[in-house]
Amino acid sequence: MNNLLVANNVSKSFGSFKALNNVSLEVPKGSVFGLLGPNGAGKTTLIRIINQITMPDSGSILLDGKPLHPNDIKNIGYLPEERGLYKSMKVGEQVMYLAQLKGLSKTEAKERLNYWFDRLGIDDWWNKKIQELSKGMAQKIQFVVTVLHQPKLLIFDEPFSGFDPINANLIKDEILRLKKEGATVIFSTHRMESVEEMCDHIALIDKSNKILDGKLIDIKRAYKSNTFKVGIAPNNPDTIHAILKEKFDAVPICFKSINNEKQYKIKLPEASSTNDLVTYLTSIGQLSHFEELIPSVNDIFIETIQNNYEAS
Amino acid sequence: MNHLQLIIKREYLNKVRNKSFIIMTFLSPLIMVLIFTLVAYLSQLNNEAVTTINILDESGLFTNSFKDSESVNYTTLENISINEAKLATETSEAYGLLYIPKAPVLDNLSESITFYSEGSPSISMMRSIENKIEGRVNVLKLEESGIDAKQIEELRINIDAKIETFKGKKTSKLGAGLKLIFGGIAGYLLFMFIIIYGNMIMRSVIEEKTSRIIEIIISSVKPIKLLLGKIFGTTLAGVTQFAVWIVIIMFLSTAISSIFGIDPSAIQSQPQEILGETSNSQQIIKDVLVEINNLPISNLIIMFIFFFIGGYLLYSSLYAAIGAAVDNETDTQQFMLPILMPLILGIYVGFFTVMDNPHGIVSQVFSYIPLTSPVVMLMRIPFGVPLWQQILSLVILFATFMGTVWFASKIYRVGILMYGKKASYREIIKWLKY
Repeated sequence: MNNLLVANNVSKSFGSFKALNNVSLEVPKGSVFGLLGPNGAGKTTLIRIINQITMPDSGSILLDGKPLHPNDIKNIGYLPEERGLYKSMKVGEQVMYLAQLKGLSKTEAKERLNYWFDRLGIDDWWNKKIQELSKGMAQKIQFVVTVLHQPKLLIFDEPFSGFDPINANLIKDEILRLKKEGATVIFSTHRMESVEEMCDHIALIDKSNKILDGKLIDIKRAYKSNTFKVGIAPNNPDTIHAILKEKFDAVPICFKSINNEKQYKIKLPEASSTNDLVTYLTSIGQLSHFEELIPSVNDIFIETIQNNYEAS
Repeated sequence: MNHLQLIIKREYLNKVRNKSFIIMTFLSPLIMVLIFTLVAYLSQLNNEAVTTINILDESGLFTNSFKDSESVNYTTLENISINEAKLATETSEAYGLLYIPKAPVLDNLSESITFYSEGSPSISMMRSIENKIEGRVNVLKLEESGIDAKQIEELRINIDAKIETFKGKKTSKLGAGLKLIFGGIAGYLLFMFIIIYGNMIMRSVIEEKTSRIIEIIISSVKPIKLLLGKIFGTTLAGVTQFAVWIVIIMFLSTAISSIFGIDPSAIQSQPQEILGETSNSQQIIKDVLVEINNLPISNLIIMFIFFFIGGYLLYSSLYAAIGAAVDNETDTQQFMLPILMPLILGIYVGFFTVMDNPHGIVSQVFSYIPLTSPVVMLMRIPFGVPLWQQILSLVILFATFMGTVWFASKIYRVGILMYGKKASYREIIKWLKY
């Protein structure tokens, strides 16, 4: 069994509004799975169904090959996007309470809490009330609450909102460390650069439907268009433009460089290989920059959503 | 510890440790006792003040009719004219002047009697003066017609019918009054409890919504468990508070009445005056004790507990549902009315209809309707309600409670995760189908 979580044809409607339409997903064990989509696409609904907060109208969710059971709450750690803590309760007491709700015994909870507070350097917060903490500090507590019971599956919805860059990095490293220790992470965010950095797999949901999923690397391969960024000091500067235009689908562009060169974006026809292009370019001038343009998650996101919008 | 226990414990400790809760627990009985003491003290002051009324009786017929009482002194003015008397009264301490002119015919007399004073005299004072004059005129008229007034007085018979049930249980009007007091206290207590602690539950639900912790909690426990935990936890805190209140009030009132000699319970003596026609206070106490013994005490206590719990749970689950449906307290108004209406209706039906006819059709119907039954049935029970009726009413009550908990948890499930959306009735009906 390679998938920790499998969703089969999950549908959910709220009144006449269809929030999820036959969505199927496979989240491989030990991966960081990016769940992407524009606002209102249905991500939160799917996450709530995984957490058994709402029930799907049809379809099923399997965790470790077995249908979700109420006892599975202790296998899942969930950091919701809309999150908060009891304002007038003390930090230690509150985390103990939430940990016990997740099924930890008092001594277990205390032990792990000490470990995490030590790790994040927040020992002296134990007797503070939440309302005395800043937003970022409260977020740290919430992170601890999410991971304290050592769940197999961690679900983070916009985990970095409210963190400064240093703390965001700290949390990112903690997430990656937990992944290394065997946890599987579902990660929902609008910050594409963190998806780029952290995710192995992604799924894209738009207007209640899953429109794309798979390994990030495969998706990127599928989306690449054989386009190259080229910098060249041509032998004959006057004719280079006409020559390139004639032979390839070439567009002059501008990018930062220390060389004095002509810069182009060149799309390679299906039949020819990269080597052909390089050989040709070196024959007409001094090649100073050659780079394949790999689509970023951001590009893929925008392109797919736009295509989906035009199709419907 | 299982989830429900954990939640109850947290809710309880959270309430009990809350500063405003602690302050209210100790301050409100203090304020209550102070207010009662003040009222008692003031009314004592009021009673102690003696009013003087001057009387100018030119007819000479009322010489013995006006006798000094505890609060009114009558001074008879003689051998002066009415204008002199008015002047004398105005400049003196006296409150007013009663002027009875000379009249050859008794019928004319009543029209020409006048009371002069600075402001308007109280209705009760005027009535007492009028009664005295009427009584005397009646006697005079009887004599005029040749009838002996003393004979008539002797012929008057006072009827005090005995009340007895078919099973031979003796009771009295005093007993009926006591039953009303018992029922009234029980109903009123429930009413207060629901309003105070129902609101508290509602606020704690709203607090979880506004602090956004709800989604974290709800991914660990089922909404219905959270709902029940909240209700029970808050109820326990409420019972604690009530118990502290009772102890403090009892302690303070004994302390105050022994130190200052003011009896806060004196204010409540009015209904007793209406009920008990005997003036002997020891006799009254004896009668009251006998009547209390006659009440179905064990039935009353057991049913009080059941109806109290049932009624309170029913209403508090509705309060929790309201809390889940709204975003902040100001939005609760539109939903509060339909909850408060039956509650207030229950109190009104209890105090007016049950008082009038405890086993009439209206009282019976309202003692089965679950939203009013706790109050109305509690008021009826002292008058003797067949056990099967009590049990039927309880069954309906608890069945409805199950229904409302289901209904409330449905709204709760959906409502707690709805932020920023203003709930309307139509919206809520839609939620039930989710």
